[in-house]
Amino acid sequence: MSDSLTRRKLITTGLVAAAGASGLGVAAALASRYGLIPPNHRGIFGPSETLTYAAQRVLIPRHSLAREFNRSEISKVAFVNGKPPQNEAYQRHVAGGFADWRLTVDGLVARPSSFSVADLKRFPGRSQITHQACEEGWSFIAEWIGVPLSTVLNFVGVSPQARYVVYYSFDGFWWDSMDMPDAWHPQTFLAYGMNGGDLPVDHGAPVRMKVARQLGYKSVKYISHITVTDAMKHIGDGQGSPAPAAGYSWYAGI
Amino acid sequence: MAESAYLPGLAIQNSEVLDSSRHSALVRVTHWIHALSFFALVVSGIAILLAHTRFYWGETGGEGAPSLFDLPLPLHRAHVSGWGRSLHFLSAWICVLNGFFYAVSGLVSQHFRKNLLPAKAALSWSSIARAVSDHLHLKRPTEEESLTYNVLQRLAYLAVVFLLFPLIILTGLAMSPAITSAVPTLVIIFGGQQSARTIHFFIANFLVLFLLVHIAMVCLAGFTKRVRAMITGHSAARKEPL
Repeated sequence: MSDSLTRRKLITTGLVAAAGASGLGVAAALASRYGLIPPNHRGIFGPSETLTYAAQRVLIPRHSLAREFNRSEISKVAFVNGKPPQNEAYQRHVAGGFADWRLTVDGLVARPSSFSVADLKRFPGRSQITHQACEEGWSFIAEWIGVPLSTVLNFVGVSPQARYVVYYSFDGFWWDSMDMPDAWHPQTFLAYGMNGGDLPVDHGAPVRMKVARQLGYKSVKYISHITVTDAMKHIGDGQGSPAPAAGYSWYAGI
Repeated sequence: MAESAYLPGLAIQNSEVLDSSRHSALVRVTHWIHALSFFALVVSGIAILLAHTRFYWGETGGEGAPSLFDLPLPLHRAHVSGWGRSLHFLSAWICVLNGFFYAVSGLVSQHFRKNLLPAKAALSWSSIARAVSDHLHLKRPTEEESLTYNVLQRLAYLAVVFLLFPLIILTGLAMSPAITSAVPTLVIIFGGQQSARTIHFFIANFLVLFLLVHIAMVCLAGFTKRVRAMITGHSAARKEPL
């Protein structure tokens, strides 16, 4: 009796394992097909990074809006992490009021373009009063004024093959990327103003990315270059940004 | 299913109770997966905490803003939160999926109703007072008593499973800007994102406190026997029927 029981158990276990493995295979193929695999899907944290990203992309409405606040809720203190680019070129831009600043947009676009701050301000402007939450634990609420990234993407004509928007700060040290759902999101701004005035140097003058549905580190400051791509493989270490190599998530919707 | 394999075929009437499985295979497997993932959550939670050891109430808070309280840790703004955060999410997924499986199976198999829900009589003040007194006097349970949970254990386990864990998951989700964009109520009910962080921290402390008492009680009740029961299902060393 125990013999047949063992055999039955063995067969059942085998079948369950086979079903599980093929189920995982099908899930992986489907996830890849629908863009649910983040660039940092490898390594020990790959499975949880993928689960978090895929679960949120499936469950959260594409254009759900980050909470907006009243003007009276704007924080009196907006803490700053990090320093402005420590080079002469940036200092010259500060001294010249960013008149010569250029933001270039290239990659998978019909019309690669270069914009001055005045060019960006000529697009219809928008504002949002939203959270800026640092992964460290602190946060503040501020008004961000700028042009939705989608407006600029529509202007340059994004190819249907596009999968990521990569954005670089002036010093080239900080850069990051986001998927198309966040790139087209109405609260993703190229922000040139804050709390009613121009964007201060400490907060990323003249232009910073503002990604309202992700943690603060995705809102890279001093943006001077944007490139649209269909793959992250050949950009940096291929993980979508320098964050994963330092242990942080590429997708910071959290 | 698995525990039936341990049932000695020739159990005598009297020892039947002692020989039958103390913990079902489901409870044993989920218990140890949970133990590992909870340990990883605590370690990684501390790593995240060290990046910012101040706590606030409301929506926002940071350096230069008034805090609710500051932890007197020398490591404030230590930059260890990177791997800490990644490990926190990896272990949180394991903990939540495992916990979900445990909760659903526990409801379906009536584990909660049969083994954890206290009987009406046990909820009387005198009965609770007696259990408290037994605990305060560090009275070791008899072998028979250790086959079931006393009223304090039942209440503590139910509070951990149905109150503290749901709350720590919800306050965790309330800190996500993407999730709260879809479900703003999640963060509003806790009074803001920083309040959610502070509550998350307090519940983590309660859970660690529960764990310390849990381990202390296991030691008091007989470490080897209790741990053996949670691994093999049986508190007594397995005796082959003659």
